[in-house]
Amino acid sequence: MTRIQKEARPDTMLLNMGPSHPAMHGTIRIMLELDGERILNSEVEVGYLHRGFEKTCENRTYFNLLIYTDRLNYVSPLINNLGYAMTIEKMLGVEVPERAQYIRVIMSELSRISDHLTCLAAMAMESGAFTVFLYKMKAREFIWDVIEQTTGARMTTSYIRIGGVRADLHADFDTVLKTAIVETRKVLKDIHGLLDKNKIFLNRTRDIAVMTPEDALAFGWTGPCLRSTGVYYDVRKAHPYLTYDRLNFEVPLGERGDNFDRYMVRMKEMDQSLRIIEQAAQRLQKTPAGVLAQAFEPAEAIKASRLKRIKGGVNLSPNLEGSERDKYPGILSADKSYVIPPKDDTYTTMEGLISHFKFFMKGNGIRPPRGEVYFSVEGGNGELGYYIVSDGSDRPFRLHLRAPCFHIVAALEQLIRGRYVADVIPTFGSMNMIGGELDR
Amino acid sequence: MEEKKTLDLLKQTFPAVVKEASTNLGDDVVIIDREGLLGLANFLINKPHEYTMLLDLTCVDFLGQKPRFEMVYHLFSLPQNKRLRIKARLEENDLRIASLTSLWKNADWLEREVFDMFGVNFEGHPDLRRIFMYDCFEGHPLRKDYPLRKRQPCIKFRE
Repeated sequence: MTRIQKEARPDTMLLNMGPSHPAMHGTIRIMLELDGERILNSEVEVGYLHRGFEKTCENRTYFNLLIYTDRLNYVSPLINNLGYAMTIEKMLGVEVPERAQYIRVIMSELSRISDHLTCLAAMAMESGAFTVFLYKMKAREFIWDVIEQTTGARMTTSYIRIGGVRADLHADFDTVLKTAIVETRKVLKDIHGLLDKNKIFLNRTRDIAVMTPEDALAFGWTGPCLRSTGVYYDVRKAHPYLTYDRLNFEVPLGERGDNFDRYMVRMKEMDQSLRIIEQAAQRLQKTPAGVLAQAFEPAEAIKASRLKRIKGGVNLSPNLEGSERDKYPGILSADKSYVIPPKDDTYTTMEGLISHFKFFMKGNGIRPPRGEVYFSVEGGNGELGYYIVSDGSDRPFRLHLRAPCFHIVAALEQLIRGRYVADVIPTFGSMNMIGGELDR
Repeated sequence: MEEKKTLDLLKQTFPAVVKEASTNLGDDVVIIDREGLLGLANFLINKPHEYTMLLDLTCVDFLGQKPRFEMVYHLFSLPQNKRLRIKARLEENDLRIASLTSLWKNADWLEREVFDMFGVNFEGHPDLRRIFMYDCFEGHPLRKDYPLRKRQPCIKFRE
């Protein structure tokens, strides 16, 4: 018996929304106590996607657990990678090369756009605007093309590593990025035209599920949802990380804190993200990139390296493109104890092989000093924080994730109280609940 | 300068509660006695400090140490743009601490999570029950003595 079953009045109806409702974005159960169409009370039940993220991470090495962070907010995995990598870097005091920092900025802003696009696409579709959904998915495809070309994957990227990024950018990066920016701008303009003054959309979003700034703070809201209530708080501005303090952008704010403001803030934020990407891409070109020396085929290189160390690199498999030794100074920290040794060395020299083994061997690898650290980045949904306690070994003693949408969804019960059943859907849509992050 | 102020002020105002105050990697850390949590939180949430956000609330299990559990609170003050970490140790045989639900609304779910994962009892919580795991689940999975691969299917596996 859940709370609502015990407390419900006898003359009301109890209705389950979810866990497998098409508008529930994954698995969440909302039990509604209804008087006709009006919601008297509700109870939100989460945990259907709980995979024991924290427990798993506590039993993996610092390097290996990166892949689990991809699966938190699976719409913007790069920001999760970034948050984790930067937490460890804060603990270790690692310096990241400037080029890698700009790559990280571009990648996290692209992820933010794809996150907002997905959220608004789903929200619009559930309110009946299917065209908007298709347009946004189209824009997201262009963004994911850039991500795919750079990281080699669309969702489970694991691209941002402790000490830098996994590989340097592709030669065609600028062209693909430019297309993505142009196409996304076009789509955003279309969406503004389709939704901003659309009566059906306005009726379902304007002044519905209004959040006051005081309550938003009391619920620990962060990100676009908090800013929609008019509170100026953005981790990128409050605690600047990477190169955000050198880039010009604004933090859009809402006025009323209703569903429409949450939509609008996200739309405006995408504009700002595009601005950041353009600036960062410009500055990225000025940072020194590694130039590839003449390279051998692997078999040749091994043969030649039997007697003496070869000059030049090794042609690596396409999977490892961009992570050649010559590229390392631009993309990874100079401190060798925190980054994987270049594959060129691992394949051709004894020392390289040994350092590779040493890096992955049990009890070795990345071992932050004893102590604890909290670090947060601005994720798609808000402040994405990691709290890590280290006991000096190669595994985190405790890893806790501050999931932004956990705090946001906690307010759902309050937001839909007294509204109609139909209001649940745009309200829930505007919150951007992501199961992987919420349930961990 | 400013961070020294808050920490010193806390030490002066709550000499019996605050055991240790320091700065760790840019964040203020206060180690307190659990009895004083609610009073300290009440002091911090109001003006002039305005730690109006409870950013995070979690627990760490130091198996083998005494006291075994450590509650960790992260507060954030918008006007000061500062984070504060509050830590309080709990004995294994007396796992209880005051609930913060009266001050911050998100403490409700956060405390349910810690109760679910560590079995900490929050005194004054209106509805303390499991949040991620199901009701018939036994034990607390994030404790260090809970085996990593232990399975507890809610419905029995089919033969």
